[in-house]
Amino acid sequence: MNSGTIQLDQGSGGRATHELVQDLFVNLLENEYLREMNDSALVEVQGGQIAVTTDSYVVDPIFFPGGNIGSLAVHGTVNDLAMCGAKPLYLTAGFILEEGLPLELLGQIVASMAEAAREAKVLIVAGDTKVVPRGKADKIFINTAGIGIVPPGVRIGGHYAQPGDAVLINGTIGDHGMAVLCKREGLTFENEIQSDSASLNDLVAKMLDASPHIHVLRDPTRGGVATTLNEIAQQSGVGIRLFDESLPIREDVAGACELLGLDPLYVANEGKVLACVPADSAALVLEAMQSHPLGKRACQIGGVVATDTGRVFLRTRIGGHRLVDMLRGEQFPRIC
Amino acid sequence: MNNLKYLDEYRDPELAKSMLETLKRRGNTNRTYKLMEICGTHTVAIFRLGLRQLLPPTIQLISGPGCPVCVTANEDIDRAIWLARQPQVIITTFGDLLRVPGSNSSLNAERSKGADVRIVYASFDALQIARDNPGRQVVFLGIGFETTAPTVAAAVKQAAVEGLGNFTVFSAHKLLPPAMRALLEAEDLRLDGFLCPGHVSTIIGAAAYEEVVTRYHIPCVVTGFEPLDLLQGIYLLVDQLESGKAEVINQYRRAVSWEGNVAARNLMNDIFEPADSTWRGLGAIPQSGLKVRTKWEKYDATKRFSMPDIQVKEHPGCRCGEVLRGVMAPPECGLFRKACTPQNPLGPCMVSSEGTCGAYYRYHVVSTQDYKEGKTE
Repeated sequence: MNSGTIQLDQGSGGRATHELVQDLFVNLLENEYLREMNDSALVEVQGGQIAVTTDSYVVDPIFFPGGNIGSLAVHGTVNDLAMCGAKPLYLTAGFILEEGLPLELLGQIVASMAEAAREAKVLIVAGDTKVVPRGKADKIFINTAGIGIVPPGVRIGGHYAQPGDAVLINGTIGDHGMAVLCKREGLTFENEIQSDSASLNDLVAKMLDASPHIHVLRDPTRGGVATTLNEIAQQSGVGIRLFDESLPIREDVAGACELLGLDPLYVANEGKVLACVPADSAALVLEAMQSHPLGKRACQIGGVVATDTGRVFLRTRIGGHRLVDMLRGEQFPRIC
Repeated sequence: MNNLKYLDEYRDPELAKSMLETLKRRGNTNRTYKLMEICGTHTVAIFRLGLRQLLPPTIQLISGPGCPVCVTANEDIDRAIWLARQPQVIITTFGDLLRVPGSNSSLNAERSKGADVRIVYASFDALQIARDNPGRQVVFLGIGFETTAPTVAAAVKQAAVEGLGNFTVFSAHKLLPPAMRALLEAEDLRLDGFLCPGHVSTIIGAAAYEEVVTRYHIPCVVTGFEPLDLLQGIYLLVDQLESGKAEVINQYRRAVSWEGNVAARNLMNDIFEPADSTWRGLGAIPQSGLKVRTKWEKYDATKRFSMPDIQVKEHPGCRCGEVLRGVMAPPECGLFRKACTPQNPLGPCMVSSEGTCGAYYRYHVVSTQDYKEGKTE
């Protein structure tokens, strides 16, 4: 952290964010729960385990194909809880509203929150509202926090990946990031790219029913699949190998990425889960994923190895290998 | 977007393997071929495929000055920073340029200090910002090759149609063929062939390389970006070299025509005219840039603002210049991975997603030899 002010890439979810969180927040707020660096903290309450998490939503545009900032604020926090194997129960919602925001829009956003909460079977039980003068915020920012209960015996976290695990994903990568980017920049293709924003707790419950031995669950949001897998590799002290030809990418997303010079491995997802599963239960878990509406295109994209600890490698289609690093800086389209 | 389906045809692993075998057989000579990919997108595609490690040692790929941000001279970055500091100015730019360090600052640093610097994805987005902010001056930073320049020209035309008086372009556009000539005139570099850029060639056409081929007797192959494109491009260069030929071959016919996009070039030539231009690493090259024609000077930021002379300071250890000319690989630079990283870039080749140093860093290549052998740190 050698420059004196916050830079935008420190919020991009990549290496700069990771370093800011480590060096400043974890360092100063120091405790055993933060040090775990998981999507939720697991705390002991009267002999049981509770998962606690919080997330803020500042997406621009606030409405995008497949959702809006309200549904996203529910999905994202529900997913952070589900990634610890927790059953999400209660959410809180804090709103920072810019003076001049049309009430009709706010109504639509909160209605989508209500619908998303109903679908995920969680209750939004407390809230807060602040209004700031025009220009002091961008229309609406939402913070949600959530708690959930972790069933006894479930031990899931970024540091439990083991050599031999299969790396699974429940569907195509990069949909949310490209949907938002195309909407924001007015890029239009034949069909509008839809965000994958969805609550994953029901899918995760089905996966855990299939096998309680899942080691890692993570939702590859900002920074994308590449950054999330790097975090897992580092936390677990393992290497991860990906197969280029197995990566599921929608044609329109691949096309838009191609056009803009972006790598879908670094594009955000909001309805995807990456799982590291022991080889002997991988087939069962995969089958459970594929029979769920949010996992129709689930597949194995790679495996965990004991070598190259802390690193992610990709075998290319022509038999070469390359390192897949964390996102560095922001991803920008190419200039020619 | 439907036509993107066919891309899979150019990614067939079996075909790629057999082409690699052919190249290995053909490359089994005592001559070493130094082939330059001039396009940053090629550089990144080659890294993403792990292609260098699969080629025989007699076929060497050298990255050239194909990243527009990287070749932008320090003085132009400094001028852009000066513009960003002017009151009531909104700078609109492609994102890549933001973190490129000038002599003392960067656009990113200026933005966090309060300058209004906005990332756009197309020159027309800058027009919209100008329409929305009639009381302010909107400057678009025109960085890029022949691919980008016509779109900027179109924005100027549109501004004229609408009478948008608060929109100007700071043109630091570059033209590729003059840079190729400069590379071939350089005494410290021997090149045997060019993989010519796919995107730029859609505008200038494969014909644009004829002059280089004739004058320097060096083969040029216009090449696409998919695995089989690259392999075929390399094969077509090696094949020419072995038979002593030097021709322009258009491998990327599905996107590039012989004459290129005449309408786009006409538009570009209407607004801009060739001018001497300074390239980072290559120095001043005659007629290698584009400036706004006098007829359109209303839209020329260098005319709208009276810019002072700027004292340019180069970072003393930065070797981006040599990297851009292909005479040095990034790991040979003393700053690489030590003082100069993507988080704290000292030179543009580390900043840009298509910069050679950034690509080496991202894929953790410590030395060029290691990369050939598929090793990383």
